[in-house]
Amino acid sequence: MTAPVTMAKALNDGLRAALERDPKVLVMGEDVGRLGGVFRVTDGLQKDFGEQRVLDTPLAESGIIGAAVGLAIRGFRPVCEIQFDGFVFPGFDQIVSQLAKLHYRSQGRTPVPVVVRIPFGGGIGAVEHHSESPESLFAHVPGLKVVACATPSDAHWMLRQAIECDDPVIFFEPKRRYWEKGEVADTAPPLFSSRVLRPGSTATLACYGPMVRTCLDAAAAAQDDGHDLEVIDLRTLSPLDLEPVFDAVRRTGRLVVVSEAPSEVSVAAEVAARVQQECFHSLEAPVLRVTGFDTPYPPSRCEDDYLPDLDRVLDAVDRSLAW
Amino acid sequence: MSVPHDWIPAATPGVAAPAAPPREHVLAGLRGTDDGPDLVQLLTPEGERVECPAFDGHVADVDTAALQALYRDMVLVRRADREATALQRQGELGLWVPLLGQEAAQIGAGRALTPRDMAFPSYREHGIAWCRGIDPTELLGIFRGTDHGSWDPIATGFHLYTIVIGNQCLNATGYAMGQRFEGKVGGPDGQATMCFFGDGATSQGDVHEGFVWAAVYDAPVVFYCQNNQWAISEPTERQSRVPLYRRAQGYGFEGVRVDGNDVLACLAVSRWALEECRTGNGPVLIEAFTYRMDAHTTSDDPSRYRLADELELWKLKDPVERVRVHLVREHGVGRAFFDGITQEADALAERMRAYCRAMPDPGPARIFSEVYAEPSPVLDAQRDAYLAYAASFDGAPVEGGAR
Repeated sequence: MTAPVTMAKALNDGLRAALERDPKVLVMGEDVGRLGGVFRVTDGLQKDFGEQRVLDTPLAESGIIGAAVGLAIRGFRPVCEIQFDGFVFPGFDQIVSQLAKLHYRSQGRTPVPVVVRIPFGGGIGAVEHHSESPESLFAHVPGLKVVACATPSDAHWMLRQAIECDDPVIFFEPKRRYWEKGEVADTAPPLFSSRVLRPGSTATLACYGPMVRTCLDAAAAAQDDGHDLEVIDLRTLSPLDLEPVFDAVRRTGRLVVVSEAPSEVSVAAEVAARVQQECFHSLEAPVLRVTGFDTPYPPSRCEDDYLPDLDRVLDAVDRSLAW
Repeated sequence: MSVPHDWIPAATPGVAAPAAPPREHVLAGLRGTDDGPDLVQLLTPEGERVECPAFDGHVADVDTAALQALYRDMVLVRRADREATALQRQGELGLWVPLLGQEAAQIGAGRALTPRDMAFPSYREHGIAWCRGIDPTELLGIFRGTDHGSWDPIATGFHLYTIVIGNQCLNATGYAMGQRFEGKVGGPDGQATMCFFGDGATSQGDVHEGFVWAAVYDAPVVFYCQNNQWAISEPTERQSRVPLYRRAQGYGFEGVRVDGNDVLACLAVSRWALEECRTGNGPVLIEAFTYRMDAHTTSDDPSRYRLADELELWKLKDPVERVRVHLVREHGVGRAFFDGITQEADALAERMRAYCRAMPDPGPARIFSEVYAEPSPVLDAQRDAYLAYAASFDGAPVEGGAR
């Protein structure tokens, strides 16, 4: 354990450790060098590791991903930073067409161990394209692994594990939690595993990224009403690790899936489908979803209404219990 | 072509460019040319009118009153920009994107546009918005978070701000193709499109594709690159080995670098470029060589990546001051005019402040509206369910929770 650090610092330490451990690790993105990234996640890395390892790239996301693929073919392990969620789409072609498929197409001859870090989610009062939750688009693409961290400790360890992973990993960081502090544990569970953060018996909340804090708060509030909620941090969105969720649903009979993203054809939808398939006879109520609405991200003065919050989570729990 | 060939330096036959020019050569090429022979300038930083035979004719009609109008535009736009920056600092806006230093580049281009033309901005084009008749108060919603753009893009001839870097270059190209397909090029009622973007955007695929498409379809589009030297923390040499205007050559159209702090030169070059487009000689690339005097946005801290010396150097090239000096010295404009503009600027700032503080929140129903052109039963149901849920709190303040 360390003294509590912010998630941004935990990520920074994780990148530093990876750069120190493996000379083939590169950090690349817009403003990641001298500025240290717009969220300061790469602060000081270029100064210590040089411009050959920490690259301020031209302003082109397709270039960042496409060049990272080439570097990976050459044996490097690039860690790309996309500045904001809504800016990843110029690079989407390279992610879907090359990054995701190269291992398959080459029958394993060219692994592409690229990590694409994307700050995601809303709640910071930002302008357009700065608050989106596009994770389901990536989770839908075979060949990509998709994870989302929720705490400083997970941010640190999951990033290091993602960099060591031989598959491409889309790494979502909940930007509104960058400045929340927590201790970084000495070890970490495997990267592609979900985790029970709070055992409970009344109902289960499955969540990830920025909604983990929200769900833990909701569970604490529900305790006052005599409800004992289990909270599971999914952590990995592709592949999903749903055994802990199945286990919880078999015990509690009720599940609410919480995510900021629109709900149609989403990670939350996939969790709901798999749970009803595996736990049909254990369910006391339909699986409910508390998500962003199926609209573009609204102007930020509407985001408190758009984003799931403690009240909406508890409202769903009440609806589940009342079924 | 109405521009002399010497704007485009000829390559020396048989001499290959070095594979990787040393950093200092790149810097010299990009920075050192700002007052070189390839820079169009009509008004020096000291406010002296200099001859420029290629472009003088395009501003022959600009008399004292017209110059005063350009000065007024720049002062008011600057004041609106400073006021919005202050409003952000006071918590009234979530963010602001300052244009400080780029007033001449924008007013020169904006005043060259006619109502028939179309403009596609990036997100820093508050001066272009001004020229399209959009009041500065109408920009505030984007940055206060009450809307994504409040004006009618078709009615104003000014597309919504585009935040994803470079996207609008292809959109502008398509729009300009449409102008040509509808026969609005080459005749007396010719139209053109102007597309605004920055030095950073020139690395984006969308911008390069826009150049290719515009060239292939002879689209009447002026690509207007405001090179303000910094893409957040990255200097132009992160984006290019060559001065940006020279890129046009490779795509097969004309490229011109203009002193972006000289409103008269920006007006002249923009008028020329738009006329080229309207008469069928488009596209054209203009690089307005200027400087971002403030931060990238109010969230940015430029002291982390650039030297104060550079800022001091550019202060000497201030776009507003040179016109003021010119008006005083060459046109005998007296103090009353300048005092009047100052008062007008004060009034504008006050009006913006009052407007901003009184802006209503859009309300939750806005989340669900206008997603599709056709009715959406799915979203209507989501809206009704949410509004009923929100009403269940019965006017009590919604619990903050962890959001």
